Amino acid sequence: MRKLILILSMFAVFQVHASSTGPELHAAKIDMTDKASLQRGAKYFVNYCISCHSAKQMRYSRVGQDLGISNELVQSNLMFNGENIFDGMNVAMTAKDGEKWFGVSPPDLSLIARSRGADWLYSYLTSFYIDEERPFGVDNLLFSKVGMPHVLADLQGMQKIVYKEVETDEGGVKQVFDRFELVKAGVMSEEEYQVAVNDLVAFMVYVGEPAKLERQAMGWKVLLFILGMTAVFYALKKDYWRDIH
Amino acid sequence: MSDTMKNALNWIDDRFPLTKVWNEHLAKYYAPKNFNWMYYFGSLAMLVLVNQIITGIFLTIHYKPDALLAFDSVEYIMRDVDWGWLIRYMHSTGASAFFIVVYLHMFRGLIYGSFRKPRELVWTFGMIIYVCLMAEAFMGYLLPWGQMSYWGAQVIVSLFGAIPYVGEDLALWLRGDYVISDATLNRFFAFHVIAIPLVLVILVFMHIVALHAVGSNNPDGIEIKKLKGADGIPLDGIPFHPYYSVKDLVGVGVFLFIFALIIFYMPEMGGYFLEHANFVPADPLKTPEHIAPVWYFTPFYAVLRAVPDKFLGVVAMAGAIVVLFLLPWLDKGINKSIRYRGPLFKKAIIAFVISFVMLGYFGMQPVTPVGTFFSRLFTLVYFAFFLLMPYYTRLDRDKELPVPERVTD
Repeated sequence: MRKLILILSMFAVFQVHASSTGPELHAAKIDMTDKASLQRGAKYFVNYCISCHSAKQMRYSRVGQDLGISNELVQSNLMFNGENIFDGMNVAMTAKDGEKWFGVSPPDLSLIARSRGADWLYSYLTSFYIDEERPFGVDNLLFSKVGMPHVLADLQGMQKIVYKEVETDEGGVKQVFDRFELVKAGVMSEEEYQVAVNDLVAFMVYVGEPAKLERQAMGWKVLLFILGMTAVFYALKKDYWRDIH
Repeated sequence: MSDTMKNALNWIDDRFPLTKVWNEHLAKYYAPKNFNWMYYFGSLAMLVLVNQIITGIFLTIHYKPDALLAFDSVEYIMRDVDWGWLIRYMHSTGASAFFIVVYLHMFRGLIYGSFRKPRELVWTFGMIIYVCLMAEAFMGYLLPWGQMSYWGAQVIVSLFGAIPYVGEDLALWLRGDYVISDATLNRFFAFHVIAIPLVLVILVFMHIVALHAVGSNNPDGIEIKKLKGADGIPLDGIPFHPYYSVKDLVGVGVFLFIFALIIFYMPEMGGYFLEHANFVPADPLKTPEHIAPVWYFTPFYAVLRAVPDKFLGVVAMAGAIVVLFLLPWLDKGINKSIRYRGPLFKKAIIAFVISFVMLGYFGMQPVTPVGTFFSRLFTLVYFAFFLLMPYYTRLDRDKELPVPERVTD
């Protein structure tokens, strides 16, 4: 009986926990083995992000090496400020200027995919909506009062929030998010934009941990070796223990 | 053995007791033949200790214990040092693995009565090792200098401030500054890489010397030394080497498989082994919304938060560890192993395990009224398990469950 009560109490607790989360996240569809996707992501990153956000831990040379782009191509297509190929992906803007222009200095994005997660990034980049009250005319559903403008607006276009009314526990009515509605088209269709954001998120995940490509490619060989080794150990144990009862 | 080898060995034995030590601790150390899989965790703990020391040495070669450089130096290891990512993940996964292995090792001791007379000191040394391990893990966690490193340390060190009269001075003395800072990072580095590991290695040595003096317990809780053959060897004993050295290798294989699986495919373990917030550099001006210690501390953190008063909370948290030290003197049962213990002890063990796991869960969660209620409930269960032990173990029906003469399989 006591056990039963304990088990039931656990469920009660998990329910409480599950209902206290924020806006729903959309799953990013990323494939780290898709080099073309990572390359497109790199292109978006240097075109739309790096004028304000650095990824200082990530060297250009490493990007080229891991994504199969030659140093010459990296220099001509990904680097615009005359840096050295071995430099990190730095930003020309100073932190002080950033703070003056955006209210808060745009953070370095080297590890953003590791601190926020791919799904959060994907949802964030698809959740900008028109809000004339804000300095840049947009806010973000995931990051209320965000200091960042919608830099991908010319790709996605501009969307507004459509609200729906739900009854509150107290019997009143409140407005909650229902869906986004595109009010100004961008150069990309909705599907194209989703693919583009996935590419960008894939690149950010790569930037967060370049070794991920290496470790995932290598892991199964190590596991296979350990499996074989364990089989030998087990046979050895069986053999030694034959005379023990 | 060739004559040259024999001569060389004799030469050494005349000057250093090599053969004697080898025999006493391996080739002629007689261990019960009925060890089950729960007996793997002792040797695995040693393996993880060695892993932590070796990977730790390689990490210190590239790590910079400086508030301005620490975070970036860890990323430098992850990106630019050859195999740096592997070494770092072996170390970070090893930290969690250490606690998993040690918790299972302690649990095995708990259910088979390995802490009971005459092994009280084996348990005591083990408990000191556990406390050192907590200090080691706590200080090591500051070194990556992420947000959780910083604020976790801030919270834990500030707990010392709750001690009446000397608290604030003590916290200041520990930090070397009014907040966690470069000074703290430097001293934690010193403690993490040399002071505590040195103590740990000495304690592990004493743990094993004490164990080998009294002999190993076993899943039946039978003293095998009571029944010896004509040759003076326990009837149920077998030489540790080669029997258990080869058997432990199987455990090593299984462990390494799981260990490698985590390192190569889920090194963050969903945020439990490497917390997401720790990928943000430490920022003394920005408190994270939710500060949670790494999973292995959360049961004690839940006890701390369960008590409304800060100082009493610290006392309760410390008490939760102190009661573990007292275990050998709290258990008044007749039999050692859970196999021959009455229903009260078995139920108490179940309640204890549930309370420990649930405290661990609530210690990770943000504070909620429901969470606080259950934390208090499980804190009571946790303490009741220990403090009521002298009573329920005396009342228990151990007598009706006779322990056999010889070990069973």
